Amino acid sequence: MASLTDHRGTPPKRKRDPAPSRLAYRLERMWLTPLYRRVLRVGVPAFLLAMSVGIWMSDEDRRAMLHEGIAGLVDKVQSREEFQVKMMTIEGASPAVDKALRSMLPVDLPASSFDIDLTALRLQVMALDAVEKIELRIKPGGILSAVVTERQPAVLWRHARGIEMLDKNGHRVAGVTSREMRPDLPIITGDGADQVTAEALALIDAAGPVLPRLRGLQRQGERRWDVVLDHGQRILLPEVDALRALEHAIELQRSDDLLGRDISVIDLRDPARPVVRMGVDARNTIRGARGLPLLGPDGQVLANDG
Amino acid sequence: MTDLYQTQRAMRNMRRAAMQRGVIGILDIGTSKIACLVLQFDGSGVSREADGVGPMAGQANFRVIGASTTRARGMRFGEIDAMAETERAVRTAVAAAQKVAGVRVDHVIACLSGGRPASYGLAGEIGLEQGKVTEHDVASVLASCDTPDFGRGREVLHAQPVNFAVDHRSGLADPREHSGNRLACDMHVLTVDGDAIGNLIHCIRRCDLELAGIASASYAAGRASLVEDEQELGAACIDLGGGGTGVSIFIKKHMIYADWVRIGGHLITQDISQGLRVPYAVAERLKTLNGGIEATGRDDRDMIEVGAETGDWESDRRSVSRSDVIGVMRPRVEEILEEVRQRLDAAGFDSLPSQQIVLTGGGSQIPGLDGLATRILGPNVRCGRPLRIDGLAHQLTDPSFSSAVGLALFAAHPQDEWWDFEMPADRYPARSLRRAYRWFRNNW
Repeated sequence: MASLTDHRGTPPKRKRDPAPSRLAYRLERMWLTPLYRRVLRVGVPAFLLAMSVGIWMSDEDRRAMLHEGIAGLVDKVQSREEFQVKMMTIEGASPAVDKALRSMLPVDLPASSFDIDLTALRLQVMALDAVEKIELRIKPGGILSAVVTERQPAVLWRHARGIEMLDKNGHRVAGVTSREMRPDLPIITGDGADQVTAEALALIDAAGPVLPRLRGLQRQGERRWDVVLDHGQRILLPEVDALRALEHAIELQRSDDLLGRDISVIDLRDPARPVVRMGVDARNTIRGARGLPLLGPDGQVLANDG
Repeated sequence: MTDLYQTQRAMRNMRRAAMQRGVIGILDIGTSKIACLVLQFDGSGVSREADGVGPMAGQANFRVIGASTTRARGMRFGEIDAMAETERAVRTAVAAAQKVAGVRVDHVIACLSGGRPASYGLAGEIGLEQGKVTEHDVASVLASCDTPDFGRGREVLHAQPVNFAVDHRSGLADPREHSGNRLACDMHVLTVDGDAIGNLIHCIRRCDLELAGIASASYAAGRASLVEDEQELGAACIDLGGGGTGVSIFIKKHMIYADWVRIGGHLITQDISQGLRVPYAVAERLKTLNGGIEATGRDDRDMIEVGAETGDWESDRRSVSRSDVIGVMRPRVEEILEEVRQRLDAAGFDSLPSQQIVLTGGGSQIPGLDGLATRILGPNVRCGRPLRIDGLAHQLTDPSFSSAVGLALFAAHPQDEWWDFEMPADRYPARSLRRAYRWFRNNW
């Protein structure tokens, strides 16, 4: 008969008490305390993380494994097909520079673009005298492109240790073994001549009519120029306004054909008072007309023996 | 009374500490519901004009950051009946409010509605030695009030100085620095049953909360629902609660009388349950949704289905008319109001200059109550809602939350009580070092 009286089956469910239990209430209040909150939310996770990492890393083998793994991963990414540099193109370089540039590349192609330090390579290439400017970049398709601007030699500089080619700013381009190798370039000499190449070039440009007779410029005492012409003639230019002095000399040459005469030196160092040193023949002509003893080729008075 | 003085002072210090930390909890433990508000004091004192809440009565320096309400358990006639049950209900309310606020509440201010409150008006008088009222004299005159025998096991809940008089100038709010020869004061003392208040304190302690203040629910309801003018000119606040009805009379911004009628909303529900033979829960629903005071012809035709689970189809499918419900409710409400009338008469409310009566509490939401109250209590009756305070959700602004809001105001600006003044030196035990220190401080 029990099944008849207990017809509802399960006894009615007891309603859940909505009140928090004493423990839950205390924990909730503790959780709302700022210090606990901070410690539990930041301190404990941070500590656990640091501790587990520390314990794991304390083993030498694991550290080595980690290093290897990371290195392997980096290597795998860097050696991907997309990052490979297969060839190098060089534009605007002479064969010598081309060869030097190819030999400067630290790795053998094909290589990963991560292994090529373009900045360092550029600095290294810029150390070459012949190179004025270089643009290095890695183009899509794995091409290392180098666009080189070479220095153009403008003048030869003869000094105690040999002959060098300089560009228009006075920077060394290359050494030459003899003058004959570049007969098209003007020559300058003297210490410190490379510092003022620009002025020398301006003087050579201004030489105009005397250019066929110009042999070179000589720097005197690192402060002023001498224009050296053939037949041992010289034009001494002042420290300042050398260009105007040279134009003055050319003007004299044009009006009086000064250089066609027997004159060894035109001294324009004092622009207000040009001085001319005459040659021995001219002086002898004057001396002969005056009845004075003649001079020998060394400038000494000849013994009047006949 | 020295013992009480020390506990109340300790509570005041606790309140100050809580204000400094910026968070204080409000716990309104009623017979039908427990409300918990979490107040945040930002200490700026600047009022924020937020959705119509202006800086009216000093409610501007705090805002409610968490609120919750739950059904009261284990309460009966405003007193704790089953301590463990009440404790669970308090835990529910506090945990929910804390969760909303996101801060931990350590200090609460609670109110006691029952406990058979009794009001006493005391008078004291001293002579002024210096011809001028000093702070020390105020404390002395408060201490000199002759206390009647409150009865056994009674505790003083409020002891507020209501009026000061210097010589023949009466009605002074602040007598300090007045010159005269004689200082008199009137003090209103509210005593409650010591066991009831002890149970409440113990219950709050068991929830790991510190009590930072305790107030009478009638007082709190009056502070929240009487507007400033009514408090100044004189008004009575009737707080129709679940377990009983609180009565408080205010004049000149002081409570001068408080009492408690042990008939409340639960008794109305009980009447409906018995009269219509429906379960208690159904009766509660009938009362809240369909209750009323004045029956009209339409109410006879307004039939309400009452469901029940007795298993008897005939009784479960009954329906009652709304006038039946009204017919059961009305006599009980009349009885409550009659009782309130008696208390007001006993307090001498008739002789007050203003006869304003404000109905508040959950029971004041019965439709048509103001009409009935006008007939029984007097012509000037209105239904009052609590003062708007910043941050309180809209569903918590109905009249049943007036004592919670009043407690919040009490927390922000407590009125001077006797224990806010330094105890006069001769009240300390003899040969006390503090007594000597006090004597030196007062005489040099």
